[in-house]
Amino acid sequence: MSRRTLLQKVWDLHTVRRLPTGQTQLFIGLHLIHEVTTPQAFDMLRARGAGVAFPERTYATVDHIVPTRDQGRPFADELAEQMMAALERNCREFGIRFADLGSDRQGIVHVIGPELGLTQPGMTIACGDSHTSTHGAFGAVAFGIGTSQVRDVLASQSLAIDPLKVRRITVSGTLGPGVYAKDVILEIIARLGVKGGVGFAYEYGGPAIEQMSMDERMTVCNMSIEGGARAGYVNPDETTFRYLAGRPFAPEGDAFERAKQWWASMASDDGAPYDDEVVIDGDAIEPRVTWGINPGQSVGVSERIPDPGASATEEAQADADAGALGEALDFMGFAAGAPIAGTKVDVAFVGSCTNSRLTDLREAARVVRGQRIAPHVRALAVPGSKAVRQAAEAEGLHEVFLEAGFEWRGAGCSMCLAMNPDRLNGREVCASSSNRNFKGRQGSPTGRTLLMSPAMVAAAAVSGEVTDVRRMLG
Amino acid sequence: MATSSADRRIDRISGTAIPLRGNNIDTDRIIPARYLKAITFEGLGEHVFEDDRASMPDHPFENPAYAGASILVVNENFGSGSSREHAPQALKRWGIGACVGESFSEIFLGNATTIGLPCATADAEGVERLMASAEGNPRTHLTLSVAGGRVEAGGHFVPIRMPDAVREALLSGQWDATALLLDRFDEVRAVSARLPYVAGF
Ligand code: SF4
Repeated sequence: MSRRTLLQKVWDLHTVRRLPTGQTQLFIGLHLIHEVTTPQAFDMLRARGAGVAFPERTYATVDHIVPTRDQGRPFADELAEQMMAALERNCREFGIRFADLGSDRQGIVHVIGPELGLTQPGMTIACGDSHTSTHGAFGAVAFGIGTSQVRDVLASQSLAIDPLKVRRITVSGTLGPGVYAKDVILEIIARLGVKGGVGFAYEYGGPAIEQMSMDERMTVCNMSIEGGARAGYVNPDETTFRYLAGRPFAPEGDAFERAKQWWASMASDDGAPYDDEVVIDGDAIEPRVTWGINPGQSVGVSERIPDPGASATEEAQADADAGALGEALDFMGFAAGAPIAGTKVDVAFVGSCTNSRLTDLREAARVVRGQRIAPHVRALAVPGSKAVRQAAEAEGLHEVFLEAGFEWRGAGCSMCLAMNPDRLNGREVCASSSNRNFKGRQGSPTGRTLLMSPAMVAAAAVSGEVTDVRRMLG
Repeated sequence: MATSSADRRIDRISGTAIPLRGNNIDTDRIIPARYLKAITFEGLGEHVFEDDRASMPDHPFENPAYAGASILVVNENFGSGSSREHAPQALKRWGIGACVGESFSEIFLGNATTIGLPCATADAEGVERLMASAEGNPRTHLTLSVAGGRVEAGGHFVPIRMPDAVREALLSGQWDATALLLDRFDEVRAVSARLPYVAGF
C-alpha cells in the first residue's frame, strides 16, 4: 500500500462519492453546533421539510453569547435570549444532545469537544466556526463551515468540499522556558503569512510539537485558520491516547484498546508525500506579541515594531506590502521601529478557545501568584468550560487570580469577540490570549488587541505594559 | 423543493461596480460580530462594513456614486477570518451579485458559492483595471460571465478564474448542495457503517 498522510487516510475513508461538480462528498463523523451559526440552518431545514439525518452524531453547546457574570435567564440582552431559546427549541425538536447553561458540560465548543472525548483521532469534524481546526490536535480532520453547510451536514451528515493539500510543518528543538504553543503558532503565521495556508491543511510535527501536551497542541491547531489553512492536525500518539482515556464519550475497556490501534494506524506513514514542507527552529522562538491588525503581524518580545520605510523584514515580506503595515500602524497608533516591550496596556484577557484550558490558567496564575495587577489595568480570567473552571478552583487558581486583582468569570467566549457583555471600550489596548486582533474584534471599533500567550498576558497585567515573561518566571 | 436547479443557474451578472481597495479585509470588518446576534439573516445588508464606514468617510459603501452597484471588486485575501456566512449574506442583501478579486479566503469563497454569490479571481492588473474604471466613471456598466470566464467593462475584457467545482455548481444551478448530498443517501449510510468509531469500536 502506498504511503499516505493522515489527511489522505481520513479523506479516503470518509469519501461518499465524487459529486458531479467535481467536489468530494465527505461524511462528517462529528458535527458540533452552537447558538450563533445554526438558527438559520435549522430554519432552512424546516422550510424544506428535511430532518436531521444523524442526530446522534451532533452535539450542541452555547458559548458566544453567554454572559460570563450574570447567567440568570432570561438574559438581559433580548437578542441573546432569542438565540438561546432558538437553540433550545431546535435541539428539542430534532433530538440533539445539548450541553446547555444548566449542564456541567457547557463551555466553548472547541474546549468541550475534546474534554468530553467527543473529539477523537481519525474522525472528520465540522462546526459552524472557523476555529474548528482546534480538534485537529487529536489527529482528526476538522474544519469550520458556514451556515448553509451546517444545514447540509444536518440534512445529510456530509459536505461538498474540495480536497486539501498538506503542508508538513516540522518544529525542531525544544521550546525555552516561558515560550509556549501560542508563540510557536504566531511564529509560523508570521513566517508563512495570513494567507500562506490557503488550500492546505497544516500537519504539525517534530520534537517541539511531540513534547507538547494536548492543551498546547490544541492552541497550535486552533490558529491554523489564522494562517489561512482551513485545517491543522497533529498525528495521534501516546499523549493523545492518554488524554482520551476515561473521558465521558471515549471508548472503554477492550474497546479503548481496539480504538487505540485504529487511531495509531491513522497517523501519517513515514515517508508519506507532502505537497510542501517547512522547518521551524523551535529553539530560536521567543515569546511573541502582535503589534498590528492581523495575526501575522507579530514580533518577538525583544524586537521592534516593523518600519515600512526600512528594509523589508521577514514579517513585512510575508505581509506582502508596506501599505498594510502603514494601515496597521495608523490604526494601532504605534510608532514604526519602536520596541514592542513597554507598550502600555489597559486590559488583560486570559481566555478564548485558543488559551482557556487548565494548563493555560496554570501558567498565567504562576506569573501573577503573590503579585498585584497594575492599578490602571482591568483583568479577566475566563475559563473555557465549566469543567476547566471547576478543575482550576480545585487547585485554588481562582484565588490566585482574585488576590492579584483579576476578575474570575464563568465559561464562555467572553472578550474574544463582541457578542456578550465583555468588551473593550474606546481605544483601549488589550493584552489578549485570544486568536484575532482584527479591527473591532473585541467590541470597540477602535479597540486594539495584542495577541500573546496567557503567561505573557499575565505579565502584562502585572507590569501594566508588554513585558518579557521570562524575566518574571523564577 | 420550490425551485429546480435549472431555475437556479447563474451565469451572467450585469451592473455597475464598487471598488474596495485593500488586502486581508476580514469578515469582522464586512459584518461586525454584534450583528451575528440574530436568528435570521434579514436586515444584514444595511450593516455591511458598518464600522469601516463610520471611521472612513470616503469608504466606497458610503459613496452615493456607487449606490446600486452589483459587482464588488477587491484585492487579496478578501473575507479572511471567521466562518460567518453572515459576511456574504450581508453583501448579497446589500445588493452585490458577484465579487471579483485577486484572491479570497477559502471559507468565504465556499460560503458565497453556497448562497449563489459568484466570486471570481483576476490578476492584479485586471483587478486594477476594473477598479480604475469604476473610480473613473462609477456608472460604467460591467457584465461578468461565469461561462465565458471574463468581465466586460466599457468594451474591455478582463479574464477571470474560478475553481472548476464552483463554476460547475453555478452554471448547473447546484450551488445549494443539500439536494445533491441527499441524492444517494444509501451511500452515506454505507460510509457510516464502515467507520469503526460509529460502531463504537
Ligand atoms: S473563543 Fe473566540 S474564536 Fe473561539 S469560538 Fe469563541 S468567539 Fe470564536
